[in-house]
Amino acid sequence: MSDYLGDFASLLSQYDVLAAFWVNIQLTFWAALGSLVLGSVLALMRISPVASLRAVGAGYVNIVRNTPLTIILVFLVLGVWSQLAINVSSDFNRNFFIYAIIGLSLYHASFVCEAIRSGVNTVPLGQAEAARAIGLGFFPAARHVIFPQALRGAVTPLGNTLIALTKNTTVAAAASVTEISALMKTMIEFRPDVIVAIFLTVALGFVVIVIPVGLLTTWLSRKVAVKR
Amino acid sequence: MSTTVLFDAPGPRTRRLTLVLNVVALLVLIALAVVVLQKLGAQGQLEPAKWQALLTERTWANFLIPGLVQTLKAALLAVVGSVVFGLVFGLARLSGAWPVRAVAAVVVEFFRAVPVLVMMIFFYLGLARTGLVSPSSTPFWAVVIGLVLYNGSVIAELVRSGVYQLPRGQREAGLAVGLTPSQCLRSILLPQALTAMLPSLISQFVVILKDTALGYIITYPELLASARRLGSGDGNILQTLLAAAVVFIVINTLLSFAAGRLSRRLSYRTAGKTRALHEAAEGNEIG
Repeated sequence: MSDYLGDFASLLSQYDVLAAFWVNIQLTFWAALGSLVLGSVLALMRISPVASLRAVGAGYVNIVRNTPLTIILVFLVLGVWSQLAINVSSDFNRNFFIYAIIGLSLYHASFVCEAIRSGVNTVPLGQAEAARAIGLGFFPAARHVIFPQALRGAVTPLGNTLIALTKNTTVAAAASVTEISALMKTMIEFRPDVIVAIFLTVALGFVVIVIPVGLLTTWLSRKVAVKR
Repeated sequence: MSTTVLFDAPGPRTRRLTLVLNVVALLVLIALAVVVLQKLGAQGQLEPAKWQALLTERTWANFLIPGLVQTLKAALLAVVGSVVFGLVFGLARLSGAWPVRAVAAVVVEFFRAVPVLVMMIFFYLGLARTGLVSPSSTPFWAVVIGLVLYNGSVIAELVRSGVYQLPRGQREAGLAVGLTPSQCLRSILLPQALTAMLPSLISQFVVILKDTALGYIITYPELLASARRLGSGDGNILQTLLAAAVVFIVINTLLSFAAGRLSRRLSYRTAGKTRALHEAAEGNEIG
C-alpha cells in the first residue's frame, strides 16, 4: 500500500496536475465571459419586438444546442483551422487554446441565452403591464423593471451553465489543448498500475471546483430571490 | 409568453424602422456570406466534387450509416442503463433509512460533478486492464458506462425533485387515508412525479445522444469518428463533418420537439409541473 502511494507520489512529481487544471480554469473563465456576452445578445434578440431578430436568435439556439460540443471543437480545428488555414494566433499552442475558447463560447452561449430567458419568464405578467401602464417603452421597461428581476431568477440556471461549462472544458482535448483530461490519459498510459489513484485525483479536483460553485449559486439565488 | 407584453403592437413608425433595419441586416448577412464563400472558394472548398461526395452511396453505406448505427447503439444502451440507475438511486435518495439516503447522495453528487469524458477515459484505459471485455469492445463499454453514471445521476435528481415538486396536499391526503409513507410514495407520489419528469427525461436523451460524440476521443467508431475517417481519406473533411453535424441536429431536434409536445399533453395527468423544454430552468439538460 505504501508502495502504491509512493509510486503515485513520484508520478505526481513528474506531471504537473495543477498546471493542467489551471488550463481548464482559464478556459472556463474566458469561455464564460464569451458565452455571457453572446448569450445576453441572443436573449435580447429572442425577447425583442422584431420578428426577424427573434427568428435568428431561436434558430441559433436550436441548432447549436442540438449539436455535440465535440463536433463543434473538431470542426473548428480540423475544418476551420486546418482546411481554411485561419490562424487566430501566431503561436501554435495558443492557436488551439483560442479555438477551444471560441468553440466553448459558441456552444454555451445558447444555454446562457435560455437561462436568461427562463429568468425573464419568472417575472410575472403584472410587472410588465405595470411598467407599460406608467408609460415605459420596451428598453426602459426592460432595463428598470424586467431585467433586475429576471437576472435574479436566472442565477440558478446560469450557475448550472457555469458548472456544465467547467466540466465541458475537458472536451477541449478534442481541439488538441493539453488540459487535465489529456494529461490524465498520458499519465495512465505511462503508469497504468496506479490508474485508480490518477482517476480519483482528477475526479476530486472537479468535485472541489464544481461543488462550491453549486453551493454559491444556491446561496446567491436564495439571497437575491424576489419574494412573491 | 410573458415577453409579448414587453412591447406594444408596433405602430406605423416602428414598422417602417423595423423594415429598414431588416433590409440593412439582410445586406450585412449577404456581405458576410460572400466573405465566407470567398474564403471557402480560395481554399478550394467549393469544388463540386467535395460536396457531391456527400450524396454518393459509398459515403452513406460505408461510413455515415455504420457510424450512426454505432452512435445509436451506445445511446440506446446508455438510455436504458441510466433510466434504471436513475430510478434506483432516485428512490434510494427518498428512502426512509438515512444510511441509504447518504450513500445515494454521495454517489449521485460525485458522478454529477465529474466530467463524462474523464470517466470515459478512465473506463477506456481501465477496462482493458481488467480483461472483462474484449479489447475491441472496450471503447463501446467505456462510452456506455460513462454516459450511464453521469446521466443516471442526473435522472436520479429528476426523480427526487419530481417528488418534491408535487403539491404537499398529495402526500398529506395519502397519509390521511391511512397509507404508510412508502405506500404513499409508491402509489401516489411516484406515478405523478414520473409523468411530470417525462419531458425532462426525453431532453436528457438529447444530452446522451450528443455525448456519445465524446467517444470520438477514445477511439469509439461513432458518427463523428467515421465522418472524420471519410473526410481525411477523401480530403473533404469540412463537408463530412458538416454532414455528421446535420444528422445529429435532425435527430436531436426531433427528440426536443417530442419533449415539448409531450409536456403539453401530460400536464393534465399530474399535479406536478411538466416542464416544456424552453422552461427547463433547472438546466439539467445542459450537456
